[in-house]
Amino acid sequence: MPDIRTITVTINGKSFTRRVETRMHLADFLRQELDLTGTHLGCEHGVCGACTVMLEGDAVRSCLLLAVQADSKTVTTVEGLAANDGSLHPIQAAFQKHHGLQCGFCTPGMLISLVSFLRDHKNPDEGAIREAISGNLCRCTGYQPIVDAALEAAAACYTQHEE
Amino acid sequence: MKPAPFTYHDPEHIDDLIALLSEVDDAKILAGGQSLLPMLNLRFLLPDHVIDINKIQALQFIGRQGNDLMIGAMTRQKDLLQSDTVRSACPVMQVALQYVGHFQTRNRGTLGGSLCHLDPSAELAAIASLYNAKLTLRGPDGSRNVNFDEWPLAYMTPNLGPNEVLEKVNLPLWEERHGHAFVEFQRRHGDFAIVAVGCLLAVDGSGSITRVALTVAGANVKPQRLTTTETALIGQPTNTATFAAAAAEAAKLDAMSDAYISREYRRKLAGALVKRALVAATASATGVPAYA
Repeated sequence: MPDIRTITVTINGKSFTRRVETRMHLADFLRQELDLTGTHLGCEHGVCGACTVMLEGDAVRSCLLLAVQADSKTVTTVEGLAANDGSLHPIQAAFQKHHGLQCGFCTPGMLISLVSFLRDHKNPDEGAIREAISGNLCRCTGYQPIVDAALEAAAACYTQHEE
Repeated sequence: MKPAPFTYHDPEHIDDLIALLSEVDDAKILAGGQSLLPMLNLRFLLPDHVIDINKIQALQFIGRQGNDLMIGAMTRQKDLLQSDTVRSACPVMQVALQYVGHFQTRNRGTLGGSLCHLDPSAELAAIASLYNAKLTLRGPDGSRNVNFDEWPLAYMTPNLGPNEVLEKVNLPLWEERHGHAFVEFQRRHGDFAIVAVGCLLAVDGSGSITRVALTVAGANVKPQRLTTTETALIGQPTNTATFAAAAAEAAKLDAMSDAYISREYRRKLAGALVKRALVAATASATGVPAYA
């Protein structure tokens, strides 16, 4: 008998209620049950960082969290970064400007990690940014443009915070 | 679906957890999940029951108990890293925590989870060894204490019964003024250390070592206290000759080989890192840089 529970998760500001098997991890829940396929799955054991989402504002691996553990909690995925009118988040805009993505597979995890990191660290230097994304693997090895984008976005976010 | 089928439980009180552990067979306790979930996803583990303890608030705390730093088993690594209490009482733990995974995994990972998973390279297990932490376990017959030197029984096997849970960890803090260091060698930032070394060191007014603790993690199946090296260091001056002799002694430790790293290389790393740790701990203890 499958072990099933009904959960309600607020994702990008919208509430979803679904019946799920308790063994389903959060990334599969987002992708397969809700069709939120922006969150990518690479290694499914916490190493690659592609599935990174925010749980209650903290960046976490969604493959290392059961969907049932997100019950009554808020989740932000890459789909929740842009404004409702489609205008990009400053970090997304910086990625576009600096060509911070090639195949795009690691991009959702990179963006979520950086949004979370830049929220908590005002005006970080390059070394701190490299450490922040050290848990996100880019197999195109396009790290330099990602770091360039993050540095520009950090300056933009810093100015916003100061205002 | 990645993990094999299991029945999920999420008790909110320790008593309910203990009752549950006695009731069901073949259960795994889910703390931060940063090691258990990979093992479930890869089906290395196929438990019939997964007991999630994230809702047990009573297991999440950081405080002082007399001269001990007392930490609840479910306390997250992020909270330890940000805690003012830990910063003032046990700064070496925060140095070590910066090597633990990445900030995204530290947001979930816990102290107790790390000590129960007991990876040979785990930095938090090295810290527990450095202080010979006192672990409090809860089971159906009440509580029992295990000092960390009796905690690892074998490779990734803690001294924990099937119906017991690690409740809290006490680190007996040093009363005397002392320095600290935590150094490690790994291939990439965030990887498990090949070898890690933790050090606490106190010196007297004339610069002689009065008390020292050295732990090596990653060299063998469990963290090792270098008791012979520690004893030999007492009364010695903090200088190049002392550090070199300690490094030579440390490099004799019992080490393991695996498919990637040889025993000889682990020993060599242990010696080099012990020297670095002693230099850094001396600088931290005296405020004066030491050179080796």
